[in-house]
Amino acid sequence: MRNFIFVIAWLWASALSAAELEDRQIFQGEGALTLRVLSSTDTDIFAPILEGFMARNPTVSVDYAVAASADIVTLIAECPDCFDVVISSAMDLQLKLANDGLARRLPGLVRTGGTQWRQSVFGFTQEPATIVVNRAAFAGRDMPTTRQALIEILRAEPDHFRGRLGTYDVRLSGLGYLYATQDARTSETFWRLMEVFGNLNAQLYCCSGDMIDDLASGELYVAYNVLGSYTQTRPETLDKLAIITPEDFATTMMRTALVLDTTDVGETAEALVRYLTSGAWAMQERPGFPLPSIDPADAQALDVVSLDPGLLVYLDRLKRALFLEAWGSALLR
Amino acid sequence: MRGRATSLRRRLTWTLIGGAAVLAVLFYLVVRTYAQQIAQQGQDRILEASLTSLMDAAVVREGQVEVDVPYAAFAMLDTAADDRVFYAIHQGAELLTGYDGLVDGPFVAMARPAFDTVGFAGIDVRLAQLTRVLPASPAPVMLTVSVAQTRDSLAGTLWAISVNAALFGGAFFVLAAGMALWTSRSTMRPLSQMAEAVARRGPRDLRPVVRAVPTELSPLVTSLNSLMTRLSASLTQSETFIAEAAHRVRTPLATVRTHAEATLMRVDRDENRAALRSMIRAIDESSRAAGQLLDHAMVTFRGDQMERSAVDLVGICRELVDRLTPVAEMKDLELVLRADGPVVVQADPILIQNAVRNLIDNALKYSPPEGAVRIEVQADPVAVIVCDEGAGFPEAQIAELSQRFQRGANAGDTVGSGLGLTIAQDVAEAHGGRLELVNVDRGGACATLYL
Amino acid sequence: MKYLLIEDNAELAGALCTRMRLDGHVIDHARTLSEGSDFLSVGEYDLILLDIMLPDGDGRAFLERHRAQEGDTPVIVLTARSEVSDRVSMLDLGADDYLTKPFDHAELQARCRAVLRRRTGSAQTVIRRGDAALDPVASVLTIGEAEVTLRNRELRLLELFMNAPGQIFSKDKLVDRLFSYDGTVTENAIEVYVGRLRKHLEPSSLTISTHRGLGYRLDEG
Repeated sequence: MRNFIFVIAWLWASALSAAELEDRQIFQGEGALTLRVLSSTDTDIFAPILEGFMARNPTVSVDYAVAASADIVTLIAECPDCFDVVISSAMDLQLKLANDGLARRLPGLVRTGGTQWRQSVFGFTQEPATIVVNRAAFAGRDMPTTRQALIEILRAEPDHFRGRLGTYDVRLSGLGYLYATQDARTSETFWRLMEVFGNLNAQLYCCSGDMIDDLASGELYVAYNVLGSYTQTRPETLDKLAIITPEDFATTMMRTALVLDTTDVGETAEALVRYLTSGAWAMQERPGFPLPSIDPADAQALDVVSLDPGLLVYLDRLKRALFLEAWGSALLR
Repeated sequence: MRGRATSLRRRLTWTLIGGAAVLAVLFYLVVRTYAQQIAQQGQDRILEASLTSLMDAAVVREGQVEVDVPYAAFAMLDTAADDRVFYAIHQGAELLTGYDGLVDGPFVAMARPAFDTVGFAGIDVRLAQLTRVLPASPAPVMLTVSVAQTRDSLAGTLWAISVNAALFGGAFFVLAAGMALWTSRSTMRPLSQMAEAVARRGPRDLRPVVRAVPTELSPLVTSLNSLMTRLSASLTQSETFIAEAAHRVRTPLATVRTHAEATLMRVDRDENRAALRSMIRAIDESSRAAGQLLDHAMVTFRGDQMERSAVDLVGICRELVDRLTPVAEMKDLELVLRADGPVVVQADPILIQNAVRNLIDNALKYSPPEGAVRIEVQADPVAVIVCDEGAGFPEAQIAELSQRFQRGANAGDTVGSGLGLTIAQDVAEAHGGRLELVNVDRGGACATLYL
Repeated sequence: MKYLLIEDNAELAGALCTRMRLDGHVIDHARTLSEGSDFLSVGEYDLILLDIMLPDGDGRAFLERHRAQEGDTPVIVLTARSEVSDRVSMLDLGADDYLTKPFDHAELQARCRAVLRRRTGSAQTVIRRGDAALDPVASVLTIGEAEVTLRNRELRLLELFMNAPGQIFSKDKLVDRLFSYDGTVTENAIEVYVGRLRKHLEPSSLTISTHRGLGYRLDEG
């Protein structure tokens, strides 16, 4: 292995000033064994799943660290030995980790083709990108059910919505970038919508949570490509917001897990992945639990992004540069 | 015959099985090699397509290459085994995007993509590489696109094909081995049948082999038949010789014996008489021996070329009783024949007559004077039983008595060559029967000739 | 009894004739078949002893001719061949019996008697001594009106005594006379047979006297 360096890691590292952990929490088990998980999912959302896992594996402690999905790549590149399991909603980055040989193959885990890649990356939730609107702002107006309908609504009353639109800053959010690129791949409507958003001074966010907060407070009227499931974590906002799954197409990503090849606790790490993919955590039917497990019937209906090498395309430096240029010219004028 | 004995059938079987094994292995290797080529070609075509789509997406803008990577360029590399994908795009010797270290410069323009299997990041990957010079101003730009893919799916396909080829090869081998066994058996069958037919014959059955044999065997059969003809001729010759010798010896013996008897009546000195008596005894012994040797030769000779015809055992026995009664009378012995009616069997009358005569002779010899020798012909099972009132067979020797030249330990001074029981036994066996010797509790012995 | 011996071997013929005459028989010897025919044409014989291999032809041809001319004198063939090979042809050609060389004289006598018994039932020559008559063929001893059938060995002993009355036979000699291929007769057995003969002869004028150290003798009156 001559001058093999991790180009993408360099790319992201250079794009961000510094990758850092947003949160870190230790779930103490009875034994000395600690499983180090690096995740893009907020601790409070993921805690019930971890508790379910630890109930089955009482001797295991879990060191749960949260980082932005784009930062995860950097953190892994900087210290591959620091973590055992990586959980992220950015499927493309996860696939890239596996493609670059950082993920351990788990031959014992049997999953259907579309929900795993190389026995290394395993999808365990499926979450459509949604349009979330503030009900009050739409009082007396039609709710948009498609992107085209949203464009028309926005064009009809530009002043009403100016400055009140939000979406991911794809330069910062790995998930946002994934949604955007998949949208762009699927339909030209995305670009027209982004032009409208740009014209109406759309706000850019790092995270779905922030967008929902601003929607709830009335700061925003419409947020595009939001993880609808996050509203579940803020029950008090539910009556103020409407979550719309676009009817034209609903880009749906899978939250995926992988075990790093460098791990020392492979069996426990695999047990966690097995637990996640089993869907046992979803069986609990916990009211308001935000993460929907993979439903094969849904997977047919929704436009689930499949785990295949095509995901690597938008991670290409040139491709990304071109995309960001197009995105910037549409949105940042 | 010296040297290690070889089995033609085994050799044929192993040759066929060996051939089948070689063919099966060859089949496996050919299929595997061919499959590998096909599978490699398949992967190469896809890599080439990916490469071409990347190359086509490249544009030069103000001396700088831009590549808008088509989604399909990588999506098309999706395989069942989820093979890893690597790529690199170089402008001149400088890496524009992709994995550093996948390929090294310097690059030269080429008309067609080059394919190679190389190591990258510690694994084997199939690499497709194409370098083109793109016309641009101010200067043309050299663009190198490389796409590589791991070979897991290929290996999986190859493995599946190998397993199938191995299964087919194995099945072919098993089938061929079965056919080899069958073929060698059926090829060897005429030979083994002939061997069996020859083996089934008595050791002195020298008739020529007449069964139809494959042409390959006919030289063997011809030689065998010629050998048997010669053997048979030599055997007949020796029988004639024995007969002639016996004849030549007998007349002088008769002269000497008669002289001796006449002299015995005239001389008075005890030592002379004793000498004459032992002389007569010696003559009797040698003449009986000659007779029985001849009988035995005749029995063994006829035994192999039996002329079976319907024979009435009772008739034969009655004739023998008539013939031997004068001899019996000399010892005041009674010859009693007991039979219910004719017992007709398919047999060689001369052999039967000879055997029974020897049995009666024996009985007469070993019976004390003024007793009886009983002959019984039994219909079921067919047997001739000859019983005397003598001392019986020595128990310990019963099994050996019918061996050639064996005489009972209690034969004493009874004249005999010891061939009588052997002759009877040989005749019984030639007819598929046996000779049974038993002592009777109340004295005497019975010899039973089962046919 | 009167025999015709047709035998080319002079030695054997001589010996046989000597032996026969010792037994009190009359025997003529022919060397060839033609000589035999000459003897037959001029004399009557009780029995013909015929050798098979003769210088002027096969004995079988003679047999055929003899039977064709309705000669009814019984024939015993003497052969040096194997019993088996000639048996059938001999008997088929009309021989009454056959004997393989070398033969036991006692057996020859026994066969002769058997043949004659079969043919005629009794002997033409009956040996008479005193009031006793011995038919050696029928093996019958007649004393007055009474008939006794003798056993073979008794007959052979008595025949010996009656052919030579007044002659003392040592036990040893008697043993030799009864000697044959079937085994030795002991001197004790001789005593037994003599005892039996004495019993048979009781009603007659014949007695067998014992002479110590010498033997037995048949006495008349």
